[in-house]
Amino acid sequence: MSTIEASPAAQRSGEFQQPVVNDFSIQVATVNGSGSQTANSVLMRAIFQMGVPVSGKNMFPSNIQGLPTWFTIRASKHGYIGRKKEIDFLVAMNPETAREDVMKLESGAAVVYDEPLKLDALRSDLHFYPVPFDKLVGPVCPEAKLRKLVRNMIYDGVVANLLSIEMEEIHQALIKQFGKRKAKAADLNWGAAKAGYDFAEKNLAKTDPFRVERMNATAGKIIIDGNSAAALGCVFGGVTVVTWYPITPSSSLVESMMGYLKRFRIDRETGKATYAVVQAEDELSAIGMVLGAAWAGARSVTSTAGPGISLMSEFIGLAYYAEIPAVIFDVQRVGPSTGLPTRTAQGDIISTALLSHGDTRHPLFFPCSPEECFSMAVDAFDFAEHFQTPVFVMTDLDLGMNNWMADRFEYPFKPIKRGKVLTAVDLERLGGFARYKDVDGDGIGYRTLPGTNHPQAAYFTRGSGHNEKAQYTEREDDYVNNLDRVARKFETMRSFVPKPQVENNSKARIGFVCFGTSHHSVGESRDQLKNEYGVETSYFRLKAYPFTQELTDFIHRHERVYVIEQNRDAQILGLMRLELTAQDIAKLRSVRYYGGLPLDARTVTDDIVRQEGL
Amino acid sequence: MSTTPAPPPKRVNRIGLEVLSYKGAKTTLCAGCGHNAISERVIEAFYELGVQPWSVAKFSGIGCSSKSPAYFLGLAHGFNGVHGRMPSIATGAMLANRTMLGIGVTGDGDTASIGLGQYMHLLRRNLPFIYIIENNGVYGLTKGQFSATADLGSKLKTGTANDLPPFDCCSLALQCGATFVARSFSGDKRQLQALLKTAIVHKGLAVIDVISPCTTFNDHEGSTKSYAYMKEHDEMLHELDFVPFFEDISVEIPEVEIKSIELHDGSTLRIKKLGHDYDPTDKFTALKALDEAERKGEVLTGVLYIDTGKPTFMDVLNMEDAPLATLPESRIRPPKEALHEAMEELS
Repeated sequence: MSTIEASPAAQRSGEFQQPVVNDFSIQVATVNGSGSQTANSVLMRAIFQMGVPVSGKNMFPSNIQGLPTWFTIRASKHGYIGRKKEIDFLVAMNPETAREDVMKLESGAAVVYDEPLKLDALRSDLHFYPVPFDKLVGPVCPEAKLRKLVRNMIYDGVVANLLSIEMEEIHQALIKQFGKRKAKAADLNWGAAKAGYDFAEKNLAKTDPFRVERMNATAGKIIIDGNSAAALGCVFGGVTVVTWYPITPSSSLVESMMGYLKRFRIDRETGKATYAVVQAEDELSAIGMVLGAAWAGARSVTSTAGPGISLMSEFIGLAYYAEIPAVIFDVQRVGPSTGLPTRTAQGDIISTALLSHGDTRHPLFFPCSPEECFSMAVDAFDFAEHFQTPVFVMTDLDLGMNNWMADRFEYPFKPIKRGKVLTAVDLERLGGFARYKDVDGDGIGYRTLPGTNHPQAAYFTRGSGHNEKAQYTEREDDYVNNLDRVARKFETMRSFVPKPQVENNSKARIGFVCFGTSHHSVGESRDQLKNEYGVETSYFRLKAYPFTQELTDFIHRHERVYVIEQNRDAQILGLMRLELTAQDIAKLRSVRYYGGLPLDARTVTDDIVRQEGL
Repeated sequence: MSTTPAPPPKRVNRIGLEVLSYKGAKTTLCAGCGHNAISERVIEAFYELGVQPWSVAKFSGIGCSSKSPAYFLGLAHGFNGVHGRMPSIATGAMLANRTMLGIGVTGDGDTASIGLGQYMHLLRRNLPFIYIIENNGVYGLTKGQFSATADLGSKLKTGTANDLPPFDCCSLALQCGATFVARSFSGDKRQLQALLKTAIVHKGLAVIDVISPCTTFNDHEGSTKSYAYMKEHDEMLHELDFVPFFEDISVEIPEVEIKSIELHDGSTLRIKKLGHDYDPTDKFTALKALDEAERKGEVLTGVLYIDTGKPTFMDVLNMEDAPLATLPESRIRPPKEALHEAMEELS
């Protein structure tokens, strides 16, 4: 960004500046629990309704009330929806952080602030807009105890005025936010927004270059968080048993699911639920219930985060050996228990891929968007039942809890697949079965469900010590045969997992590999490298583990391959090391970010520039 | 001309199955282990009530006790889970198919130590399920350590005395919400059989804590879970007579001595007083009696508590009557209009 001449005259006229249209980020700094979420969502939605691609990132503390929180809205005419590192437009509502927030801004940024904070004294190279929020809120909100919440809506009006966001869109967004049932609340907030707008119109002279202009790039799109998208995927994937234990950032996945299940999965004739949701006493119990239910034939799911995955470890080992389907969402977050539970990471990759004791390996799916949270949830159930094994859908806090612009989800027309399950009729015809026999050469045995009405349906389920007929054994050959068959099953998965997204660029000597939410910033970084450094790149986005042949092919095509991930220890690269040749491994480079915020393009670009010596 | 005598007709139950259909694999537990006697009673109870074996699902955790489901009802699906977590597996399975009859066998280590949390939450949910604790106060598979049900002062083979008080699994069951709570002794064939039959027809969580001596590690002088100790301290609350719905109650006994409890399927549990003035439908009586018995060094056996009216977990969840596991696609995948509706709201 160019430096702005700091003379007051220039600021007022703004005549030296090129307008910056639909390509900037707004950061709102507030106090947790002050009700800013509504104001921020409305602002984001209003820009979306004006047809401008937008993304929102909430950076909040592990706290109910009182600690600082930041919400970043990015408008991008190019459609970049990853985090933008630089803040262009700050709304400083939190006295505790205001000073630091202002000092971090780059020259030329704009600041709307609560007048008593007197932030304009801090720097002379920014555009300052003081607003007397306390004075404005009184007349629009007679009820004193609501003022703290309504106060925030005033900045929506101020920002709308300064950035040319249409007030009618703010109004529509408010109505959408509150719904018909809370029309009174919507009115109250609308009054506050108007007061902010009117104040700005009369008292603030626009000096910054940032502006929103109507576009047509969001038609037909939706705004949704990844957890809700995954929840819808489960509902339409035919889930029947759901268990959970509350943990940030995964709780809203099941909470959202409960809402959709109540709407779409209560039988109209009987009034009864075609599902069961249980809030378990802990994650051990949550996974135990999932396995019991799946063993008995239900499509079962649980949702958790890293600490929950750790607790589930023992049961997952049993599920791997007893061959029980399960779908587990890991909405990844930073570190253990009281680390940064409200910050994002891709830090559970190795621990989840190899979760539990003994020789274990588990399939992982990596959605990068709400669309994929939905479709992969649907697919994960079929996959788990086909392979009779736990499947982990690895999202993260950024994807799960933030609002994303997305395409409408496609209805899953493909019939639900329940895997190799023998019915009473099959058993009558076959005269029995051997649970763990590799009949088809793909490593996957046939199972029966408890309750099947046939005297030969039963088998006994236990951990590792069983032969083909599910009988207890401690024989060496039986154990080895069983382990080898389960390994064969894992090999079979390679042709069934979601295929990677591959963009081979014939001019590129280097390739990028990433997965999950890194996708958005890596795409933007590729553009930065091309536009700013003339460097061409190829792209490979993993959608699943185990890896497929496409990965090796991609590595072969390029001189160097940068593996980009959001953890410290290069975890996905570590998994690659376990199965690639030394020659291929030698081509791999690592780009890592692990600061707890969503990955941004500039961080990737800077690291590539450094490593490539550009 | 000689005729070969016709083979004696095979004895079958009311659904035409022989007792063989209710047996399991040969036991690998020690000779004289109380658990084997319990397995025998389970076989008899299911056989005599005419329960179809493959409509039953068996569950267990880890330990000697948890091996037992392999030794009865071989025609039923079984799941030998992980240590202390059987309740969660059973809960999931029963939710997936509520038409099954679920029976879990666990031990005192499984229930009162590593699995105490899952046990208490299972109780709280009143899942329709039979939960048998084979209680011997000691860890067998790891060779003789105290469990959390070992009585204060009870001695190990080495002479070491237990210095912590026990958890009483029946008191816990009463406090946490089980609707059928009983205690028995593996050596009391008649009582255990009546309790098992009641548990089979009870709609709700049925807990039977069975003192089941470990002949190898806890059957010596100084142990409070030995055969000898039980023979001396077993204090029967009453005599039990289970009359299944398909048999007539014909014998008339004077009203004063009998309390009849009507069970869910029309069967009757007849309770004949034995000295104690005990009302098994009153939870406070039960808790008080257990407390007093503990102080007197008695082991109260019989039906401690029964409540046939409390809603089960399935009722609370307002669940579909048919098994969730096998609902057809048309009932578990909402139509495309539903997705359209959801998308419209988000646009």
